[in-house]
Amino acid sequence: MAVVFQKPKALTDAVLHYCPGCTHGIVHRLVAEAIDELGIEGRTVGIAPVGCSVMAYDYFRCDMIEASHGRAPAVATGVKRSMPDNIVFTYQGDGDLASIGLCETVSTACRGENITIIFINNAIYGMTGGQMAPTSLIGQVTQTSPYGRDPKTQGMPIRICELLASLDAPAYLERVAVNSVAHVRQAKKAILKAFRNQVEGKGFSLVEVVSTCPTNWGLTPDKACQFVEEKMIPFYPLGVYKDKEKIV
Amino acid sequence: MSEKVLMKGNEAIAEAAIRCGCRHYFGYPITPQTEIAAYMSKRMPKIGGTFLQAESEIAAINMVYGAASTGRRAMTSSSSPGISLKAEGISYLAGADLPALIVNVQRGGPGLGGIQPSQSDYFFMTRGPGHGDFHIIVLAPATVQEMADMTRLAFELGEKYRMPAMLLADGTMGQMMEPVVLPGESVDPETIPATKPWAVTGTQMKREHNIINSLYLKPDELERTNFERFERYAKLEKEECRWEEYMMEDAEICVVSVGITARVSKNAIVAARKEGIKVGMIRPITLFPFPKAPLAKAAEKVKGFLTVELNMGQMNEDVKLAINCSKKVAMCNRVGGMIPGADEVLAAIRKEAK
Repeated sequence: MAVVFQKPKALTDAVLHYCPGCTHGIVHRLVAEAIDELGIEGRTVGIAPVGCSVMAYDYFRCDMIEASHGRAPAVATGVKRSMPDNIVFTYQGDGDLASIGLCETVSTACRGENITIIFINNAIYGMTGGQMAPTSLIGQVTQTSPYGRDPKTQGMPIRICELLASLDAPAYLERVAVNSVAHVRQAKKAILKAFRNQVEGKGFSLVEVVSTCPTNWGLTPDKACQFVEEKMIPFYPLGVYKDKEKIV
Repeated sequence: MSEKVLMKGNEAIAEAAIRCGCRHYFGYPITPQTEIAAYMSKRMPKIGGTFLQAESEIAAINMVYGAASTGRRAMTSSSSPGISLKAEGISYLAGADLPALIVNVQRGGPGLGGIQPSQSDYFFMTRGPGHGDFHIIVLAPATVQEMADMTRLAFELGEKYRMPAMLLADGTMGQMMEPVVLPGESVDPETIPATKPWAVTGTQMKREHNIINSLYLKPDELERTNFERFERYAKLEKEECRWEEYMMEDAEICVVSVGITARVSKNAIVAARKEGIKVGMIRPITLFPFPKAPLAKAAEKVKGFLTVELNMGQMNEDVKLAINCSKKVAMCNRVGGMIPGADEVLAAIRKEAK
């Protein structure tokens, strides 16, 4: 019987610890598929963040490093400068990349480091139990914004792709989502491209994946996907924010 | 080929590191260590190495974490306030058992403090600079020659014991010029990662994946890693303590001092000897591990100790602990960037001789 569907080789057999309905599993799979398709597992080094995906080092079969909170792009820089022929990626959440690690994010993008960043934006701190993230929406109720995020005292959500698009150096910035089959297919293309760019030496590539957190949003997995469509995407429009290939 | 050249202490560290096979330097400007970064920025591009001026001290130490994870000899350098920022990264290096070189050319504090020499990071460095139970190797050079020699020692000990290692110099050591014989034979940087089977160099599809990590959510596992690490520290203390003894044969007073104040103290000791005062010195070279044994041995015969320090008495406490408070441990200190003259130290020695 022909195999029509199988687990990507770049994923280990470890059981994922993520909550039911969480989209980390989908994105892990897409990253692993990209690694498989490009045949780069043996020379890839991944950097796990602090947050829900801290244990990503157990799930990817390539060599892995666990970084301190927000510093994955700096760690990735150290790895890439040491081994320029290796493929280096970071996998970071919104607290890690857009709050505590914002300086590293912007500076690494500004240097145009030839690395790949997978940025999971689910508008909340998941691992610590649902606090306000830099990307939490206006009015979003979290443990630390119990009356809803108030822009007057808690500021506005940050749009990372738009922010980084103002820089000259990044090669590729795209925002995707994984709340529907169509969106997952587009996310797969974007993630593959972000890795291929690095293989081809094109420079800094970041894919922002608008994701879900059913547990801390207090929604069923299905309703969480709806929330992405109705609330998240209008504030975080999907699309390509920068692609140096397209600029001639 | 060994050659004798006149160099600043900071530059001697940089050149020695290159000759030890270090090709990855990540730093951020801060006085009084910036010559290290300046030297690296000139040399590294010519020899295929990396000089990267990071966006912050925090980023720099994490770049070191990344480069060290690949098994390369990697380093950063800074001065006291910058080391505070690096503390988190140093804790992660220690937690992941990664060897790397960190240079701290100390200036006065706390806060922004000043830019003149100090030894006031003594506690901070010797107790493990960062959160959690850990130590790093701490070496205290007192000459430009030692700045160069200890750079090599720091890389070698760090790799042997899988620990971060620090050169802890006072600002004087970084800024002064002296003749120095640099290591003649250079280490081929390409040979180093092969000695580290734990490094993340890519599996090449030939082995299970390596993971560089300091997270252990199971308490019994985390406890085990702590115990194992401290067994290594015990071995380090047993085998790698280094110190210099000066005129200790018949000494009744034992001066204990490091770095620039050890040099000032030597002059004071010579002057005191001319007055008939039997005084000598034990100069700790490794601050972690602290040379407790020679101090305890000295305590059996001397009347008392005198620490000469550029802080408010931090090493003084370690001497008291080393000798189990069996003798008086007096102190002669200046802080804030002030350095005691030989006359001040001599006066302190005379006082203890009475």
